[in-house]
Formats: sequence, structure tokens, C-alpha cells
Amino acid sequence: MQNKASTSAANKPNNLLKGATGEWEVIIGLEVHAQVASKAKLFSGASTTFGAEPNSNVSLVDAAMPGMLPAINGECVAQAVRTGLGLKAQINKRSIFDRKNYFYPDLPQGYQISQYKNPIVGEGTIEIDVDGVTKVIGIERLHLEQDAGKSIHDQHPDYSYVDLNRSGVALMEIVSRPDLRSAKEAQAYVTKLRTILRYLGTCDGDMEKGNMRADVNVSVRRPGAELGTRCEVKNVNSIRFIGQAVDYEARRQIDIIEDGGTIRQETRLFDNAKGETRSMRSKEEAHDYRYFPDPDLLPLEFDQAFIDGLQKGLPELPDEKKARFMAQYGLSAYDASVLVAEKESADYFERVAKGRDGKAAANWMINELFGRINKEGTTIATAPVSDVANNAIIGMISDGTISGAIAKKVFDIAWTTGRDPIEIVDTDGLKQVTDMGAIEKAVDAIITANPDKVEQVKLKPSMLGWFVGQAMKQSGGKANPQQVSDLLKAKLGI
Amino acid sequence: MSAASTKTDIAATQAALKSGKQTSIELTTQLLAEIDKRRDLNAFVQITREQALKQAAASDALLRAGKGRALEGVPISIKANMCAKGIETTAASRVLEGFVPTYTATVVQKIMDAGAVIVGSTNMDEFGMGSSTENSCYGPSKNPIGVALGKPDLSPGGSSGGGAAAVAANLCFASLATDTGGSIRQPASFCGVVGFKPSYGLCSRWGIMAYASSLDQAGVIGKTVRDTATVLDVMIGEDVKDSTSLKPVGTSLVAALDDQAKKKWRVGFPREFRDLVQTPILKSVWEAAEQRVKAMGGELVEVSLPHAKYALPAYYILALSEASSNLARYDGVRYGHRSATASDITDMYEKSRAEGFGRETKKRILLGTFALSAGYYDQYYEKARRIRTLLANDFRAAFKSVDVLVWPTTPTPPFAFNSHSADPLTMYLEDVFTVPVNLAGLPAVSIPILSSPEGLPMGLTVTGPHLGDQAVARVAHEIEREIG
Repeated sequence: MQNKASTSAANKPNNLLKGATGEWEVIIGLEVHAQVASKAKLFSGASTTFGAEPNSNVSLVDAAMPGMLPAINGECVAQAVRTGLGLKAQINKRSIFDRKNYFYPDLPQGYQISQYKNPIVGEGTIEIDVDGVTKVIGIERLHLEQDAGKSIHDQHPDYSYVDLNRSGVALMEIVSRPDLRSAKEAQAYVTKLRTILRYLGTCDGDMEKGNMRADVNVSVRRPGAELGTRCEVKNVNSIRFIGQAVDYEARRQIDIIEDGGTIRQETRLFDNAKGETRSMRSKEEAHDYRYFPDPDLLPLEFDQAFIDGLQKGLPELPDEKKARFMAQYGLSAYDASVLVAEKESADYFERVAKGRDGKAAANWMINELFGRINKEGTTIATAPVSDVANNAIIGMISDGTISGAIAKKVFDIAWTTGRDPIEIVDTDGLKQVTDMGAIEKAVDAIITANPDKVEQVKLKPSMLGWFVGQAMKQSGGKANPQQVSDLLKAKLGI
Repeated sequence: MSAASTKTDIAATQAALKSGKQTSIELTTQLLAEIDKRRDLNAFVQITREQALKQAAASDALLRAGKGRALEGVPISIKANMCAKGIETTAASRVLEGFVPTYTATVVQKIMDAGAVIVGSTNMDEFGMGSSTENSCYGPSKNPIGVALGKPDLSPGGSSGGGAAAVAANLCFASLATDTGGSIRQPASFCGVVGFKPSYGLCSRWGIMAYASSLDQAGVIGKTVRDTATVLDVMIGEDVKDSTSLKPVGTSLVAALDDQAKKKWRVGFPREFRDLVQTPILKSVWEAAEQRVKAMGGELVEVSLPHAKYALPAYYILALSEASSNLARYDGVRYGHRSATASDITDMYEKSRAEGFGRETKKRILLGTFALSAGYYDQYYEKARRIRTLLANDFRAAFKSVDVLVWPTTPTPPFAFNSHSADPLTMYLEDVFTVPVNLAGLPAVSIPILSSPEGLPMGLTVTGPHLGDQAVARVAHEIEREIG
């Protein structure tokens, strides 16, 4: 599918790999198979529930019983169009389902229904950020196809078993242009794609459950030279493995060429345990799939109104949300990126930031909340301090009820006890002291007790920090540090 | 009460059943006895005696209560490629030996829901691949007319040869059949009965074992045009389970037959088919057709189908390409025949399919696989598709100036078994008058037009525009009436 590298993705050769004979550029294109989020399969009413008993989600159509016919599931079509819109891609109002013919026990029909020459979605784009640089990656196409079942070889000494629960489940194959230049970019691309799919609700993006996996096409060339021969690494099922597959494959190819060899076009497997790729079949051994239009299905056609209806229902997507967070809340690009990476955290942020300073809310979430979540290995949904509680804490900081230091303490108590932050501050007497009389008394006492330090601070104003520290200590952390500082400056005449 | 008559048509039978002169049990019992007597014909591959008697009893109860449905109590057979719950269904292939579906094809369910009594399933060429029933794992059916004339080696035609033989021998009142390239019309012609293939899409294909999906269409073999129309009216209808099925337009077919309004029909005959009329028997058919059309007050118009001459090769490329894929599911993994001697998975596929499929089926799978192969696709499949479009356009153009078209159904009267074994291509040529209709998805009826000097039947085909099934039924009905 990948003939020429797109020039639109202005690529600076900043990702070159060093070989024994000079520098090499890695060219990567990805074919991501994303399971369509849908209750029923692509051409049958059978359920798509994950983890069901083997062969319990199988209809007569999925088992390819004689005389059975496919009937398209409209929701899967809508999901593919939504995804196309999310990828800013061309939507094809007429597309065609083809049969890809081959024999395998987990392929009951003896063919997979896919889209070959006329996919439902055409060219689009995805923006990725790597090391602070934004790059546009071309999408070549997206098509709908059926998943196969699963062959199980480890259950019996003489027989293999077949589980058809996945047989007929709808997949979107999303094909990128060969615009990626490093393992990091490939990983960023898949991460971003997954974020978009999750925002759209068109794929759960759960790679452990196998509902997202990638075929990784890798070739190498001298910078600026013609494209090299590519190898396709099949079915890589985690973002980490995608990175490993790219690195291993690029290095393998460079070594072969530098040793005077040539790359054979082939399909390779990725060994998860070893982090290596190995040959599966060469181009000569490739199947002849005998594609032809599926005569059981009419061309898939819909009108502009159908597309417009879906467009209207589309949620705000990560790029738009990031831009809005920067404009509306004054966030840095980095903070906005972190927050929009998951729709859940972006929505959570907006609830935390409600009526608060956006920047303060973002800082609080990224440093306090995310820090604790990572440390405890939990998630935003199950964290014991709720969005409302975090919003309250930030509110108490900004209106001077508590200091930042106390806020951390309140957060910690809330996390371990589940108590309400406002109640904690009240009950535990953690309110910031704003009574100027009390603060003045404490400050006077410190000045009187430390005449030597008073002399020193007049020569070295940064010594003020020592006085502030002492005053805060005496107040049990409850004094307002700004007020203490201002008062000290006045009293000490600095 | 007199012995039930199995020789009447459906209309007369329904009248007798409704009036109580006859019960469905009597009729069904007698019919089953006659089916047993005519085992020599090998028309049936399954006889569903118990189920039929149960259905007949239920029908009698409804008839007595005055609640008879459209086909209440009428014994009908189905083709062996139509799945029916609890009935072994094999499409006459060893590869499906012992396969008993848990579901019933839409068209079969529809006639059952209308009260039809299913007496059994009828013989056919394996998966519909043939024009003689010689390619059946059950052995060929015989032509009842041939048997009556002392010529038991004559073919009933195919692929629905068993159904046509059963109707011709009065072993059922109608037979549900399928037609991919003539499998309803040619056997109807060979057995001297009526075969009606409706427009592509009118009958659901759901539950019918596929041969070539874009060409397969269910229809009816019956004793009269009215009988086929009566059964088809029940079978026709859009089915959400078949994406290629269509909503019918216009009146029912029976209503079209009963339409009293006189019409001066413009009846076309394609020049290209007339050029093929070279033998005395075909000339007689042509003359007879012209006479009948004139007698019914119709106007004869010559039309042209310039691409008809490419129809046969295009048909075989498309049909076999689709078949090569449709038959891939018979792999011995989930149902049907699995070789007992296989050593590994590839061996299991190869042996199961080699043992399960008959010779003609294997040949067609190989040809279809070849036609779809890389490097040949454009040359064969794609070109055939283009011809199909051009031919459909030819028909569309022709139907601008005529209501229907007529031509002979078959090039010859029934041929003898093995008569094409020396050169298989001559067997394919038997389909020259039937396949163009399937390529264009048109409705067509074959009616008996005359008997050869030896007493063998010849059929005439009436073809109409897509979804113009009413006109086809009406004209065929009028020609049939002229024959008397």
C-alpha cells in the first residue's frame, strides 16, 4: 500500500540511525487494526462481548453455515464514518466490500469480507508531537473488515481447537502513509490514534484485549535516497512492542545492507519475549487472495445528510481541546497535552478547574493528583479524592483559607481517610491564620529573640527566608506566608 | 369420497380442499404413495412423510375452520439446496453428507407459513452445477416423458431436474427451485412443465446453498403459469437477512393474470437468437411462438441484443468465480464431510474436498479460482463484468420498444445421459438461451410450446424487464391459453 513517502510531512532527517558506513533513515508505515466499538458484529447480530465462553458469541452467519448471508450492521458503518471525520479524512459515500479468499480453520467462510479497492474512508491526517515538535502524519485510508476466529493449539496433544467468538467482529484497518521516521514517532502516532478513537468512542483501544493491533512496515535508506525494500511485521500488540519492532527491524536491515546484502520483501513475526522479528513468509510465498466484490452485498452507499448527522454528534477532539485549554485556561502546550491525552482526564480537569484558576488547577492535577495516582497505581476514576474534593482544595488555596503546603497535607488526609477536604480543614484547625495581631506578636517575638540575625538580614536581604520560616513554624504552618513576609519586611526595614 | 386427484392444478386442488370434497391428508397420503411408486424417476432425495402428514392434518383443521391460508394443504416439494430445519440438506453433494440444518430457508418458511405441505426435497446437479442432474451424488433423475415413451435414458434437464420430473409426474403440485443460469427453465422445458424464475432479488436467497450469489434466484416449477404465480406470490418479498433482496413493485402475479383489461402486447424477438434457430425443431418453436403471439393479438417486433453472443463465456467466468469462493466453506472443519485419513490441516482440506465434491464441481472450482487469480482477474472476471453491464444495457434498450421478449428455452429437446461426455463444452452450450436472463437479473418463464415429432417437449421463454414479472406472467399465461 505504500509506494511513496508523502512530502507533506516535511521531514527533517533528525532521526537518523548511525551505521558502520554512515547514517540511515528509517521509513515506517503502520496498518492499525482497531476493533469497532459495537454491540454486534459487522455482518451478524452476534454479540462482541470480550471474554465470553469459547464459541458462545457465534451466529449461523459467523460459523458460515450453508446458505447464510451477511447483512451489514449500520452502527459499524456509522462508527467508521465518525472515525473518518475524526481523522479529517475524505468520506466515500460509495464503498465496496470484497472477498479476500484463503483457507484457514478460524476463517469459516473461506474468505474474509474486507474492502479492497474502494474503502469507506480515504485520505486524512493525524498530528503528533514528539520532543516538542509537531508533525503531520498522512492517513492513506480506513476500511471495514471482518476479524477471524482464533485457533488454539495448546489444549490437546493431537487436535487444535477453534474459537469463533471473534469471527465476524468489525475491524477498522487504518493505514498510514510511510511518514514516520523513528520508533518514537511510530509510538506517538499509535498513541495519538488511540486517543482519537477513544474520544470518538469508536474503539476501546485496549491493546491487551486485542482490540487494537498494528502491522508495522519498516524500510531503511540513505537520507534522501529512493525508498528501500520494506518488511512487514505482523500483529504487534502493544505500543512498547511497536517501538521494539521498529528498532530491531531497522537495525537488522541496516546490518544486512552494510554487510553487502539486500533486503528481501517479506512478512515477519514479532517475538514479544525476545523483542525480535523473524521471517514468516517471503513475497514469493505470499497468498493470492483472489479479491473480488462480494456478490452477497450491494455497494455500501449513504448520503451527505448521513455524514452531516454524524459530524454534528462528534465530540470535541484532542487537538481542538488542547487549543481550547491553552486559550481558555492559559495552560502551556505541555500541560494541555498531558490533560487531553485521555478524554477522562480532560473532562476531570474541567470539573476541577470550574470556578478556579485554570493554571493552578492544571498544576495541582498534574503534580499532586497524577503523582499520587502513579505512585499508588490507581486511576482517575478510582482515586479516593474526587473531582469535587480537588476543586474544593484548589478553592481553599486561592481564597487564602489554606496554604499550598497545608493543601498537600489536606490532600493526603483525604486520600487515606476519604474525608471531605473542607471538613478536614475545619475539624483539624488547618485554616490559615489571617489575624494580623497574632502574626505580629509572633514576628515581634522572633525579632527580639534574634538580634544577631536581625543584623545579618540587613546586610543580606535573602536571609528574610529564615525569619519567614520561623514565623510559619510558630503558627503551625497556618499563617499566610505572604502576609508574614510583608510584615517582616516592614519591621526589619528592608 | 373419491380418490384424491394428484393430477389437477393448484387452483382446482384448492377449490376441492376448501369445499371439503377432499382433505389434505387424503391428497398427501395418495401423493406419498405415488412418490413411492415412482422411485424409478429418482426425483426425490428426501421424502418427509411424517412431517408432511402432520402438516396436512394441521391444514385440514384450519380448512375446516374456514381459516385456510394461501397454499393451505397443497403438497409442494423443495429443491435439495434449500435448507429446511430437521431435513438432511446436501445440495446433492457428498461434501454435505449428513448435514441437517437447524434453520429453514426464507422461501421455504414462507410457503410453510402459507400452509403448504412439504413432501420432500428433489434431486439436482451438485450445488446447481449442471444441466442434466447427472452431477448428483444421488445419481441422475429420469425424464417422466422419456420414461413414458420408452426412452428412460433421457435427462429431465438440470439442475432442478428432480423438481421438474416430480411436477411432470404429478408427484407434487409445484416444486420450489433455483435458477443460476437456467436451472428452472431448462428442466421445465425438458419435462413439459412451467418454470418461472422471477427478477433477481424478489425471492430471498437466505438459507439456500449458494452457487453464484449474483445470479442465483429462487423460483417455481409448476403445472401452469397460474400455479407458479400462486406459489411465487407467497415466496416473493424483501428479506432483511438478504442484502440483495428487493421490495416487489406493482400487483401480485395472480392479480396480473386476472387483469381483464385487454392489452395489445408488443412482443420482441432478438435477432441474435433467431440467428441461432437453424434446426427444424427450433424453427417449429419459432413459428409456433409467432402464431401464438398473433393469435392473442400481439405485435411482433424484432430487436437486437448485440452483446448476447458474449453472454455464455461471461456467465461461466462470473458464475464459476463466485462458486470458487462460495464453496470454500465446505472445508470439513465445522460440518459435512471430513476425510478420515487426513494427516494435517492442509491434508484435511485437500482430502475432504477431493472426496466430498463431484468431478464437475471440482472442475468449476478450479476454473473459478483460475479466473480470479492475480494476473488473470482483469482479463477474465473484470471483462466478464463489463459484458454483463453491456448486456443489461442491451436488454434495457430493447424493453423501450417491447413489453416482453420471446425465444426458445433450449436448443434441443431432452438429450440422453452421457451425450455430452465427449466434449463438456457442448453441455455448456445447452445454456445459450437461458444465461443472458440471469446476467441481466430479468424475470423469465418457460412454458411448453410444442412436442417434437417423437413426442418430446420444447419450451418457449418469455422474458421481461427487471421487476416486470407481472407482464411476463400475463403474456406467458395468454400464450399458454392459446395453446390450450
